[in-house]
Amino acid sequence: MKARIFVTLKNGVLDPQGKAIEHALSNMGFEGVDEARQGKFIELELSETDRAKAEANVDEMCRKLLANTVIENYSIELE
Amino acid sequence: MKSAVIVFPGSNCDRDMAVALEKITGQKPLMVWHQDYDFDKVDFIALPGGFSYGDYLRCGAMSARSHVMKEVVKRAEDGVPTFGVCNGFQILTETGLLPGALMRNANLHFVCKDVKMTVENADSMFTNAYKAGEEITIPVAHHDGNYFADDETLDRLEGEGQVAFKYAQDINGAQRRIAGVMNARGNVLGMMPHPERMIESPLGGSDGRKMFESVMNTLG
Repeated sequence: MKARIFVTLKNGVLDPQGKAIEHALSNMGFEGVDEARQGKFIELELSETDRAKAEANVDEMCRKLLANTVIENYSIELE
Repeated sequence: MKSAVIVFPGSNCDRDMAVALEKITGQKPLMVWHQDYDFDKVDFIALPGGFSYGDYLRCGAMSARSHVMKEVVKRAEDGVPTFGVCNGFQILTETGLLPGALMRNANLHFVCKDVKMTVENADSMFTNAYKAGEEITIPVAHHDGNYFADDETLDRLEGEGQVAFKYAQDINGAQRRIAGVMNARGNVLGMMPHPERMIESPLGGSDGRKMFESVMNTLG
């Protein structure tokens, strides 16, 4: 089973890299980008076949390592 | 005072820290490689600056989950004075020993210069040799020193005297210009500036010396 994890900065946490991306896009002539936020994408290949167990396991991985919940949110997709 | 410097793959200020500790305490510190986590009892633990584990995932994230840090967390929770500089500060926040997080500098630049900062709390075991409000000059060298915590946490840190140092001017976007914080018990300090690089005049000044002397005053 594959787990896809998206780690994003929480609302209200300043994202200077996202800001720089937003400015670069605007400088390149791309219009209509109101905001850019940068995050991380992590893909895991799991041997677990039970969906509920996999989800609980990946959630724990996110809380303990993959995301810093002081500043980041995460979401998990299983496939 | 017997001290230990924890060394991770990618630490690069460990020897500066060792020189400062030896000069000031008169005793060579124990250099603890991250795999040798069963190290002797010490009075003081220092986490040096650098780029441990190449800053993979987040600065300090990998080191914070290492075996040696499990041991350091246990000892810090037992009351052993524990001090992290720069990457060491990032590691301490990642373990949860210190509140908040260190993010990419707001201007995205690596900041490497001497900065002025003020001593916000001169009663702690790490700062008692300074005067309250004293302005000192200490070098910084970091890309991720932008201290972040939510407002409630920041209010608590300021109210409880857990903010040890503040930058005199904003250099990296840190909330409330915070340069160094302590845990509630006061035996763990993390700071972005490098006091170990300012311990005698040939290095450009000695304002960092009192940080180490404070700990010695406390431990006797």
